[in-house]
Amino acid sequence: MTKDIKIKINGVEHRASVEPRLLLVHFLREVAGLTGTHIGCETSLCGACTVMLEGRAVKSCTVLAVQADGASVTTVEGLAQSGALHPVQEGFWEEHGLQCGYCTPGMIMAAADLLEHSPAAAAGATPGDLEIREGLGGNICRCTGYQNIVAAVRSAARKMNRRKKAVAA
Amino acid sequence: MAIRSRKTGKPAPRQMAPQGTLARAPKKAAERGIAAAQKSRTNGRPEPWVGRRYLRKEDPRLIQGISHYADDLRLPGMLHCVFVRSPHAYARIAGIHTGAARSSPGVVAVYTASDTKALGVVPCAGALPDLKIPRHPVLAEGHVRHVGEPVAAVIAEDLYQARDAAEKVQVEYDPLPAVVDPEKALAGTNFVHASVKSNQAFTHQLKNGDVDAAFSRADRVVKARFVNQRLAPVSMETRGVVAQYLPGEKTLTVWSSTQIPHLLKTQVALILGVPETHVRVVTPEVGGGFGSKLNVYREEAVVPFAAMQLGRPVKWSESRRENIAATIHGRDQINYVELALKKNGTILGMRARVISDLGAYHQLLTPIIPTLTALLISGCYKIGALQCDVVGVFTNKMATDAYRGAGRPEATYIIERMVDLAARELNLDPAEIRRRNFPKPREYPFATITGITYDSGNYENAMKKALELAGYSRLRARQKDAWKRGKYYGVGLSTYVEICAMGPSTAMPAGGWESGTVRVEPTGKITVLTGASPHGQGQETTFAQIVADIFGLTPDDVNIVHGDTAAVPYGIGTFGSRATAVGGTAMYIAAQKVKAKMAAIAAHLLGEKAAAMNFSAGRVGTKKKSLGFGEVVGAAYVARNLPPGVEPGLEATHFFEPSNFTFPFGTHVVSCEVDAETGHIRIDKYVAVDDCGNVINPLLVEGQIHGGIVQGVSQALFEEVIYNEDGQLVTGTLMDYSMPKAAQVPEFILERTCTPSPVNPMGVKGVGEAGTIASTPAVVNAVCDALRPLGITHIDMPLKPEKVWRAIQQARAAAAS
Ligand code: FES
Ligand code: FES
Repeated sequence: MTKDIKIKINGVEHRASVEPRLLLVHFLREVAGLTGTHIGCETSLCGACTVMLEGRAVKSCTVLAVQADGASVTTVEGLAQSGALHPVQEGFWEEHGLQCGYCTPGMIMAAADLLEHSPAAAAGATPGDLEIREGLGGNICRCTGYQNIVAAVRSAARKMNRRKKAVAA
Repeated sequence: MAIRSRKTGKPAPRQMAPQGTLARAPKKAAERGIAAAQKSRTNGRPEPWVGRRYLRKEDPRLIQGISHYADDLRLPGMLHCVFVRSPHAYARIAGIHTGAARSSPGVVAVYTASDTKALGVVPCAGALPDLKIPRHPVLAEGHVRHVGEPVAAVIAEDLYQARDAAEKVQVEYDPLPAVVDPEKALAGTNFVHASVKSNQAFTHQLKNGDVDAAFSRADRVVKARFVNQRLAPVSMETRGVVAQYLPGEKTLTVWSSTQIPHLLKTQVALILGVPETHVRVVTPEVGGGFGSKLNVYREEAVVPFAAMQLGRPVKWSESRRENIAATIHGRDQINYVELALKKNGTILGMRARVISDLGAYHQLLTPIIPTLTALLISGCYKIGALQCDVVGVFTNKMATDAYRGAGRPEATYIIERMVDLAARELNLDPAEIRRRNFPKPREYPFATITGITYDSGNYENAMKKALELAGYSRLRARQKDAWKRGKYYGVGLSTYVEICAMGPSTAMPAGGWESGTVRVEPTGKITVLTGASPHGQGQETTFAQIVADIFGLTPDDVNIVHGDTAAVPYGIGTFGSRATAVGGTAMYIAAQKVKAKMAAIAAHLLGEKAAAMNFSAGRVGTKKKSLGFGEVVGAAYVARNLPPGVEPGLEATHFFEPSNFTFPFGTHVVSCEVDAETGHIRIDKYVAVDDCGNVINPLLVEGQIHGGIVQGVSQALFEEVIYNEDGQLVTGTLMDYSMPKAAQVPEFILERTCTPSPVNPMGVKGVGEAGTIASTPAVVNAVCDALRPLGITHIDMPLKPEKVWRAIQQARAAAAS
């Protein structure tokens, strides 16, 4: 038994007939061919598969593709806008927030969500280190020891605030 | 097209483009902002690139999700493999029924030992005199000996179908009582391998000096038993293998998430009986290894076997559950240790017994790891006499093998805990007892009691710097104050030395050298082929920095190629903090050879002496007369006007054999608070002063230290692989195996001292494992120091709140009675 679904991924609509048990992460990787979203556990414990579903971060190994029918998804491949890296991507590069890079797409998506929705960020302030560390509590990195990931998110937050202010001015 | 800097709106200065090289391809718009950031970090100066915080060349593909790990590979007609694994620790296989699985939708084949028994076995490189190496088949034969041992392989059109079918494979097991406790196993008669008739896999003794005399002369003897618990490496990318066989060309290509592509190529050829000339191993992007991918695994033989049988590509991606059950584990030792001491703290002698739980089968380096513990057990101290006895024990568990530090964290834990216990016994400050036993800087090269020679060092200097940075006396004052108020605050030190740059071939099981090839292409760009196989360390950047300096170009002009045995001359791989010190040196020397040739050609064209040729900012020559780098390259390839006896082309390969290991060192200082009511530990301050010799890129060195420290702290506080008394793996998922999260670890303050190594021309030592080796004892020392008023001398890791709380309760009860 399969079900016809359509999911808009990074602005492009993908239609397929899928088994109801197909995980969203497998839809992204196998059906849409977007392998930037990684699998680290398939049990919702590592965050490697984090994507934006309707603008909020979800672990795509914990969502069925059929649940995302009609929805829009952003993956790490769709984060850069009109050829420019997202500030969080820049932050990870500039602050050496990655080593093997395997956790990185999920970390970046979780961090982007954090900066979009954290109370501090909403108030135009930079979230504190503890808020960043706790906000990334669903994502595991084995390489970096997190210090530079925190620095990356902090730097992205500052950059985003500066830009917001520049737009407002 | 004008590129505008985001920050200033002014045209962004491009990264230094030396004249004489061809214009580089324009960067993708998305990457330009960073190029500007890179520029500001380099102050716009060209060489030297070495020593700068140069941003990584690897990152653009990784932060955009457009690189390819093994699971990202897709080949036409590719099938998927799923393994059926043992749920038992120890059982006889009474029968395997594959009929239902074979007729399941999409299934192409099911393999068991009856298909693979003619293949070779999984290799072990250990060569100890009395080492027992039981047969390690690629699929279980007759018995299963640990949870997760592969029994059958199901191959199907898609992953879901393969998983469905794997559930339908019926294996009849007769469970046997499991061998779990290594100490009991040594005395017991229930054998993991009936053919060996003992659970003792090997013994190894390291003895030097008159140990008995040292102990009889001692004013005090300090004794302890430590458990260094079993850990799972848990690289975030699990293992993965893709194999493709082309029957016409008879070529087998294996993509594997490995740290040792060349060694794997040789072993795959041997196991499968395929000529090595027709096997190619490629490492795609590798998502971390930490030693766990420094191995040859059963799946790396079974997947190519299936691809050859079926004539179609086959992929296997390890699940996290498989990763924790069937990828090697680390540590797992029990240590009995005694130190013979003079009243002034001088260490006269040391006795140690290392019981190493090897698991059921030897992986590549399983028996070698605990022998490294013996080699480093004297740490950074002068010790008069030593006896260290190592015994390896078979149990019904997954094999232990190299995990970040590989035998050296265990040694450092032993000696650094012992020195703290000695300081306490003798009422000396832990820093002072260390200082008294350090070799002096003039004593290098320093011959240790374990029979190795430390290349260079200044331990006291690093310790002094760390104590200053941590505000040691203030921390001690704070501790006194806390104790007065009934609070528990402690300070822990670890002054470590470690063994890096593995190593001279005489000390290694399968070659300690490395290869490097440097080729200046006709367009003036440089290709480097390295036998090292980085998987997160960033050598695409650091190696490019090194080569750019040699030729007076930029790191963007240099491309580092690794992990493809069809492109790269034979090499050993990346582990044991060897890539830069051994692989980097091979490349460095190869580059010097090419440079000498270019200098000869340039001198010939300019009518100057070769020795006068200077390579800088894309030009070759003297201050007065010079040629563009590209002109000299052109002359080498067009080859119409070469100096007599000089061959055309610009390529050199060097196989570098180091004369010794290198020995980085440093001091880590931790202060922590223990909540006596909950047993919870809060790290207050973490200071690390490390000395890894000369540094190519401080940014990347710091990253290695951060990550290393967290792995070591996590051993001290959180992580533990637990098998219960039946040999069941009870920490088989990330729900049960405690990985450190961002909010659970502190911020680190890092500094360095710099004592170059004399072992290689760049003076580098290696830094991949330092953090892990140093941090574990520093944390445990701090916790035990905090609990001193309660009379607690030791708690075995991991120091989970419950365990700490119990120890406190017991100590209080004992004090009350
Ligand atoms: S793969 Fe989804 S959380 Fe780990
Ligand atoms: S960078 Fe390797 S797991 Fe995070």
